[in-house]
Amino acid sequence: MENKTLYTITIFSENAVGVLNQITTIFTRRQVNIETLSVSPSAIPGIHKFTITALSETEESIKKLVNQIDKQVDILKAFYNTNDELVHQELALYKLSTEKVLEHGSIEYLVRKYNIRVLEISKDCIVFLKAGHYVETQALFEELAEKIGVLQFVRSGRIAITKSPVERLSDMLAKRSEAEERIKESYNKTNE
Amino acid sequence: MKENDTTNEMITGSEALIRSLIAEGVSTIFGYPGGAIMPVFDALYDCKDRIRHILVRHEQGAVHAAEGYARASKKVGVALVTSGPGATNAITGITDALMDSTPLVVISGQVTSSLLGSDAFQEADVIGITQPITKWAYQIRRPEDIAWAVSRAFYIASSGRPGPVVLDIAKDAQTGKCNFSYEKTIFLRSYEPVPEIDHEQIEAAADLINQAKKPFALVGQGVTLGNAENELRAFLEKADIPFGSTILGLSAMPSDHPLNCGMLGMHGNIATNIKTNECDVLIAIGMRFDDRVTGDLNTYAKQAKVIHFDIDRAEINKNVKADVKVLGDVKQTLPKVTELVKPAKHTEWIESFKPLYDKEFEYIIRNELYPDSGEIKMGEVVNKVAEATHNEAICVTDVGQHQMMGTRYFKFTQPRSMITSGGLGTMGFGLPAAIGAKYGAPDRTVVVFVGDGGFQMTIQELGTIMENNIDIKIVLLNNNFLGMVRQWQELFFDERYSETHLKNPDFVKIADAYGIKGRKVTQRDELDDAIAEMLSHQGAYLLEVVVETKGMVYPMVPAGGNITNIILGNGYKI
Repeated sequence: MENKTLYTITIFSENAVGVLNQITTIFTRRQVNIETLSVSPSAIPGIHKFTITALSETEESIKKLVNQIDKQVDILKAFYNTNDELVHQELALYKLSTEKVLEHGSIEYLVRKYNIRVLEISKDCIVFLKAGHYVETQALFEELAEKIGVLQFVRSGRIAITKSPVERLSDMLAKRSEAEERIKESYNKTNE
Repeated sequence: MKENDTTNEMITGSEALIRSLIAEGVSTIFGYPGGAIMPVFDALYDCKDRIRHILVRHEQGAVHAAEGYARASKKVGVALVTSGPGATNAITGITDALMDSTPLVVISGQVTSSLLGSDAFQEADVIGITQPITKWAYQIRRPEDIAWAVSRAFYIASSGRPGPVVLDIAKDAQTGKCNFSYEKTIFLRSYEPVPEIDHEQIEAAADLINQAKKPFALVGQGVTLGNAENELRAFLEKADIPFGSTILGLSAMPSDHPLNCGMLGMHGNIATNIKTNECDVLIAIGMRFDDRVTGDLNTYAKQAKVIHFDIDRAEINKNVKADVKVLGDVKQTLPKVTELVKPAKHTEWIESFKPLYDKEFEYIIRNELYPDSGEIKMGEVVNKVAEATHNEAICVTDVGQHQMMGTRYFKFTQPRSMITSGGLGTMGFGLPAAIGAKYGAPDRTVVVFVGDGGFQMTIQELGTIMENNIDIKIVLLNNNFLGMVRQWQELFFDERYSETHLKNPDFVKIADAYGIKGRKVTQRDELDDAIAEMLSHQGAYLLEVVVETKGMVYPMVPAGGNITNIILGNGYKI
């Protein structure tokens, strides 16, 4: 594990049926495990964004994998980054027993230390939310588990944006619509 | 882009499918009916004058025939099958087409949309199964989506690096009514089939070539797929570059061209493999550095600067690192590079190939092609058939030893003359592919070489040949063994011949039962006469030649080995 680097793969696709399957089969064939996965509509209507993290010993193997994904007909663009090129975040939810929390006494120091948001308090349970990097959400989980006990815990896949000024997709779409006009024009000319 | 075929009347999805196929210029399809595709076959019944349907005997045959058709004709091959087992029987052919970049549209019936996912009779998850083995796989659930999906399918299958597309059409989409309007797809924003030409790459390639003292070119099927044979020839001749071909690239240039040094790879010519590791600039043109070509990548062409021409970005640096990549369609990129290269002469370098060929001739070829005693050799038969067709025939092969003999010893004068299963190595490909090739190029002689193993994998297609009077010449090279596996057992498994001997039927009688003329040859002195009889016969003909039981294909680079460590057999060393 130590010599592996975590890569974040960003994929923009048409909102077509079965795109996820097309992507995951490429991971399967190349024996790369998906660590986290997050999918949602992007800022551009009709285009979905996938953020996938995967560990790899070499950049080369991630590059080849991304090339194969990028080649799929329904994929608009696929690229990869390392952590230093990204702002990234994960969300985690923690459910604790209200009784156990009250037994524990004050939780102010935990809330301050981890910047916890409290989403729900009922007589049975309390739900915390924490946003952060994996190590941060994991540290909170470990401390809660040790001191109070955690009834349920869930963490989202990573979401990320690049630190470069524009989302690369917008450039690409602009180029593609220029290409579309060019292609249609020449098609009409040859078919007149 | 509107075509004229637009109508305001409501038609069924099946009729829309047929009209869409006609709008795409489809004239021949290969298929097999069944429950979930019956409405389409019903619509086809009214359009027999526009679309010829060839009824095969197994769906695998339909897809291989469509492949052979596409490879011979430059058109998109079309196969039509039913749901469930019809579609799963097509899988091998679809995978074969993906590996060999063959443009196909495979249309499968699917259960009625309300039954999808319910384990209905003859339901299979065709999209789930075919997504990893197609360029695009799409399920149609509404009749109004048929024209749109067919248009996309043909565009995707035929553009850029070609490949197979699957359209899975629910039965109610075939029977439901829709308006019909056909618009040809010429653009998809998420799909860039041909990368834009980068002039810096062109210049960098030309610079490297101009500095080269010992350039060597590798010719792949990309040249054929791009119909760029003339552009290739102009390039190679101007810069005076010797070349070797992958098996799918073989007929892109005439066999007797002075710069042609033969075939690459595991059973390729000695000179092409040795010189790959001696050249200073290696120019790969529309080929993908398959492991059967490169052997061990760690010792492959390490001394050379590599220029890689390809239409598929994902192929660049996949196996061999390119110093210069030239992305684009070789039909466009080659002339641009040709313009910038200086006329050159590499006489000494080219002549250095000759002694290696002479050795190969002396150690291997002479004995394979011109033996005067002993059992009949496979290479001998291939050579005689090629000569008897004046090297003008289309050579189709199945997979195995006879395939390597076909690729090594058949000779070509015209493009699109070598049809074989290269990437997937599909036994059973030959016979149905030859059927397709004949429909794709009806004016040409089609010869198919099969072994006794592979022939029996799709032997049922003799029925298709009988029913349609398809004039193909079947040359069965029978050694009563799965010869290539036997060869590996001899070389690498201590002569332990596990499950490779075949007890075979009387093949000539089988042909006779199908009304196909056949002849069995066991003696060398009958061979010329039998070949002449086969070629002059009107209609299909099976020539069974009983060949050497334990023949070997040499030279051979063991799988994963250094391409210069070549086994020559019989104790010979380079």
